Amino acid sequence: MLGTIITIIVAALFSQNFILVKFLGICPFLGVSKKTSSSVSMGIAVTLVMVLATLVTYPLYEYILVPLKIEYLEIIFFIFIIAALVQMLEKIIEKLSPSLYQTMGIYLPLITTNCAILGVAELVIGSGFYADIGLAAAADMNLWFALLYALFAGLGFTLAMVLMGGMRERIEKLPIAKCMKGFPITMVAACFMAMAFYVFTLI
Amino acid sequence: MNKYVKTAVDGLITNNATFKLVLGTCATLALTTSAINGVGMGLSVTAVLLLSNVVISLLRKVIPNTVRIPAFIVIIATMVTILRMALDKFLPDLYDSMGVFLPLIVVNCIILGRAEAFASKQPVLDSAIDGVATGLGFTAALTIMGVIRELLGSGSFFGIQLWDFKIGFFTSSAGAFFVYGMCIALFTLISNRVEYAHRARKARELRVPAEGPLDAPGISAKEEA
Repeated sequence: MLGTIITIIVAALFSQNFILVKFLGICPFLGVSKKTSSSVSMGIAVTLVMVLATLVTYPLYEYILVPLKIEYLEIIFFIFIIAALVQMLEKIIEKLSPSLYQTMGIYLPLITTNCAILGVAELVIGSGFYADIGLAAAADMNLWFALLYALFAGLGFTLAMVLMGGMRERIEKLPIAKCMKGFPITMVAACFMAMAFYVFTLI
Repeated sequence: MNKYVKTAVDGLITNNATFKLVLGTCATLALTTSAINGVGMGLSVTAVLLLSNVVISLLRKVIPNTVRIPAFIVIIATMVTILRMALDKFLPDLYDSMGVFLPLIVVNCIILGRAEAFASKQPVLDSAIDGVATGLGFTAALTIMGVIRELLGSGSFFGIQLWDFKIGFFTSSAGAFFVYGMCIALFTLISNRVEYAHRARKARELRVPAEGPLDAPGISAKEEA
């Protein structure tokens, strides 16, 4: 039990890092990582939506779609839930904390089309995934493991975003060839980060 | 006719989704470990893009403006569900190798981007051409990256083993970022050169008639061609 929890945490944070190993959520990784502060806001927003989305989609799939034998509708249901959740969260944050809304607000609508959210919802119900996070069989997956995985996958996403934000703040000041400016140099920086994270997959 | 050619060239090269606009990056990085995966993903996106563009274009006067994004997403999700069933039935190998990235076509920014920017405003035929052109531009980019990574990373070309020399880096996740970055840099370099040459030619054409307005060499050269 404890071993599984540790495996899930290490896998979600490092060895199966969403951005650098699984290639999920690359758009915000490239789009809003110009500054460390915006990276942190985006990372927290994504983590929050990821956990909430898993909390709804996993029971929905297990207890409604599977018994009714309409699993094939999962994509439509999931994307609708995520879109509704993001909209709801935006309204709640706007009412509760206008200052938080100022910093996080502009990133929230972008999260609907973030592959990391739909990715985690699809991964935790898929059968080809349990071995990656140290489970013996697909049947061992339950809501708590799914939520734990979603939480740490979000934190792993935040980690990669923050590292990238720090790197890009420095890259901005360097003299770089014109054709390498912008996306290409960011990709090369991401390449070195991915190499560093590759070490965790060898453990 | 000219309008359609312009739409097609725009989607294929000038506004290439992968190398120019840098959209749909997740699928690009994850599914270019081999050329055949790249082609499979590219064609899947093309199919969804064509169908969703056509449907959205047909419904563009019916969908209220305020709820257009949810409506587009539901249409796209339906198309992806259909594609997923078809691939599961007819091409199970490709279905397995695409894994989680097949349902993730729904959140591919290219498709929603074309729906929002083009199909929701243009007639059906234009939207269909735009969908096919953008999709094939994406496919071409994925194929190029897939061929590079497969050739260097596993020494094969579309699954045919050519030599034993392998650099594992190129099939790893780090290699994906590296190859993608280099491809964008090369594309930017070439398109900058082409644009520079094009602008220089335009400037020359404009200057010559000003010196001798009667024989206008720019027009006669075009007629000969």
